[in-house]
Amino acid sequence: MQDLLADLLKQATRKGATEADAFVVEDQSFSAQVRLGQVDTVKHAREQHMALRVFVGKSVAAASTSDLSPQAMTRLVDEAVSLARVTSPDELAGLPDAALLAREIPDLDLRDPRGHDLSPEEKIDLARRCEAAALAADPRITNSEGGDFGDRRARYAYATSHGFAGEYATSSFSLAVSPVATRDAEMQRDSWYHVTRRRARLDDPESIGRIAAQRAVRRLGARRVKTAEVPVIFDPDMAASLVRHIAGAASGPALYRRASFLVGKLGEQIASPAVTIVDDGTVPGALGSRPFDGEGLPVRRTVVVDQGTLRSYLLDTYSGRKLGLPSTHHGARDGSGVSVSTTNLYLVAGDRDPGDLIRSVKNGLYVTELIGFGVNGVTGDYSRGAVGMWIENGELAYPVEEITVAGNLLDMLHAVEGVGNDLVFRDRTAAPTLLIGRMTVAGA
Amino acid sequence: MLARPERFFADRFGLNAGTMERLLGSTLAGRVDHADLYLEYRVSEELVLEEGAVKKAARHVSQGAGIRAQSGERTGYAHTDDLALPNLEEAARQARAIADRSSESAVVAVGGDGPPHDLYSLAEPPIAADLDRKIKLLGRMDAAARALDPRVRQVIATLGSEDVVVMMATPSGWTVGDVRPLTRLNITVIVEDGAKREIGSFGGGGRVAFDFFLEDDRWQRFASEAVRQALMKLGAVDAPAGEMTVVLGPGWPGILLHEAVGHGLEGDFNRKKTSAFSGRLGQPVASELVTVVDDGTIANRRGSLNVDDEGVPTRRNVLIEKGILRGYMQDRLNSRLMGMEVTGNGRRESYAHPPMPRMTNTFMLAGQDEPADIIRSVPKGLYAVNFGGGQVDITSGRFVFSASEAYLIEDGRVTKPVKGATLIGNGPEALTQVSRVGHDLKLDEGVGTCGKDGQSVPVGVGLPTIRIDRMTVGGTQV
Repeated sequence: MQDLLADLLKQATRKGATEADAFVVEDQSFSAQVRLGQVDTVKHAREQHMALRVFVGKSVAAASTSDLSPQAMTRLVDEAVSLARVTSPDELAGLPDAALLAREIPDLDLRDPRGHDLSPEEKIDLARRCEAAALAADPRITNSEGGDFGDRRARYAYATSHGFAGEYATSSFSLAVSPVATRDAEMQRDSWYHVTRRRARLDDPESIGRIAAQRAVRRLGARRVKTAEVPVIFDPDMAASLVRHIAGAASGPALYRRASFLVGKLGEQIASPAVTIVDDGTVPGALGSRPFDGEGLPVRRTVVVDQGTLRSYLLDTYSGRKLGLPSTHHGARDGSGVSVSTTNLYLVAGDRDPGDLIRSVKNGLYVTELIGFGVNGVTGDYSRGAVGMWIENGELAYPVEEITVAGNLLDMLHAVEGVGNDLVFRDRTAAPTLLIGRMTVAGA
Repeated sequence: MLARPERFFADRFGLNAGTMERLLGSTLAGRVDHADLYLEYRVSEELVLEEGAVKKAARHVSQGAGIRAQSGERTGYAHTDDLALPNLEEAARQARAIADRSSESAVVAVGGDGPPHDLYSLAEPPIAADLDRKIKLLGRMDAAARALDPRVRQVIATLGSEDVVVMMATPSGWTVGDVRPLTRLNITVIVEDGAKREIGSFGGGGRVAFDFFLEDDRWQRFASEAVRQALMKLGAVDAPAGEMTVVLGPGWPGILLHEAVGHGLEGDFNRKKTSAFSGRLGQPVASELVTVVDDGTIANRRGSLNVDDEGVPTRRNVLIEKGILRGYMQDRLNSRLMGMEVTGNGRRESYAHPPMPRMTNTFMLAGQDEPADIIRSVPKGLYAVNFGGGQVDITSGRFVFSASEAYLIEDGRVTKPVKGATLIGNGPEALTQVSRVGHDLKLDEGVGTCGKDGQSVPVGVGLPTIRIDRMTVGGTQV
């Protein structure tokens, strides 16, 4: 793969690029869906593509192709170079300083050498067991959207015209099920899942199935509630969605475009002291880890929010230059260029037992699902559809639906009154249970 | 720029109808209910202007084949981005291995669904238009937006264009192809006034030539709409919270239909009986003022297709007629398993995805009412004219869509602008609350993208002004 990249970069330089970088990715994936015990859909895929970015002076352009033949590579170079001749020069454009490039490529244990060895039948069986456990868990589970198993292995190589060449391989495995619970005319679907880089670390299919069933059954009998201002508890997955919104507002491209509610807030108190948010790309075996970022810079651990104070933005080289700050090594390379992405992003666990957080609320909402896109990243205004449980006198009393929760993300961060001790990494972004003192719940 | 699909794949990859049939015939015949091969070649281009300069230009080429074999309810799907014949044969073997269990049936001959439409033949597809003209247009938009108001601090203008050539074949010897142009022009502005900052966005497009944006100074309207929206939001008050009467403006607010009823009427969810609309054909699901259609045959629209991604010509399908649920949207698999006819709604994001039932252009037919009278009829409520995205829980029927431009209605008059808020409702009930339908049906500008199961496809929506007597508005003002 590196030979291919070296060849491509050489061609680009010969055709007029002053600087260039390129990546190639090869990907093999399999997924199986079983529904009501029968195989529904099985997919096999092999994909590859290659992308090139060129700088002609201070003008930049990019091109990508899924055809890796020599002729296609020549076309790729020609297209990128000719596109760069029409874009405007930008003084801040360019590769990062060569002195900052990663010198060593750490082995972060991202590949499972034997995990993919299962036969298709064995993979299908994992999906089948997961769904069967959900169907058997409760007589009210009467239908299903299916159980899914998927695995994917990929090899990624990246090189620059100023001397970086690195590559790594990754594996991932996922197991999920979405059962449907019924009572009279009411139908409720929920789901549960697990994703890992090692197959052996996947939760067992039976436990995923049982949890999914409990979640679906728990929603039966859902009611609406009266519109009110109340404390709102976000379960860990929903709290993680809030952390993603914060990261979006802290990312360089949003900031230099002034499209973020965190513009000019570096060093300021943006949250309750109970809130600390960290991004750490160095965790061995974790889903968000990578040995170098999208520009060849070494990954690291970044404290984004420290006890409520905004300590760092999330920057690639270009957005850093725009803001007069160094890259935080959060560059993410895609076919069109470089953007910013988080790695393993989490809100640090607190010391409150999640049950205690619930018991501390006399009348309020426990949120287990959010839908819709009602988040304004420029102002922080927040309004989303919610599903969950109503809390009465410290107890989860009954399920609720067809309601919204609304507030402003900065107000919500300041209003964090309790952080659970239940941080678990189920995905690239994780958070413990969070109690927010007051939000508007709209309903009947 | 591109030849007819048959010629294109023959010239470039040596794949003609004969090779495709043989490939499917020899590897799949006799073992499955249905099999098809889908070839795709896609060229796309994206130009981004910010801070007054085009800083991003990218061009992408992707090509590949998807092979599908179906047996009963079982689907095997394999795809590859290498169009060499041995690779296709291997993909076909994998697809068959997956679907291959039942032995009773031979391949069902597919075809005879009628000739493809001709909805978007263009003298010059947007991807082939001169690059300098495109870049100049982005620059003019930037200047126009900034000239409108000194509070405009940032302008991001993007132009995306693509051309997709597809060809589909089945073992019965039937092939059909399509060349699909698509383009979209978008502008986002950030305005600042003291410490207050807001965003406004507008755009449009379709299966049209680049000149579409120059006609009627469309580009200028996009720029001024984005600026107007952003400035309006600077002065917005908190949105109300709770149940109230909602009036939706014409056009893009049709996203209501897409979420409230559209997804719930897709064949797959109804075959699996996991939709809130399962088993409700013939029953009332809306007020009798409401007729909703999904129409993939409108010339040059973003959601239109000459044939769907299974080779079936698109149609105008009536989903709800005067309040009564009339039909689902189907692909081949679900129509076969439900014993219903195909409707031309089998769509996929690309060769890397198997098709499933999807919407095309979904809208409500016009009614009789004067739009101004509809607003006048509301003593207290919300008037929402622009929206961000929406989402639905198919099974419970609960859906949301988020207003990005809305106003209070007080004593029959539109008064203060309010901050963005999510509206939430229940699909099978929401449209029963429609009490007025305007005569001003409008389709959206051509910006919609629908996501389902990780697959994105371009779609359209449309709506006349309507009054919904009761809906929950998710603001903060109690």
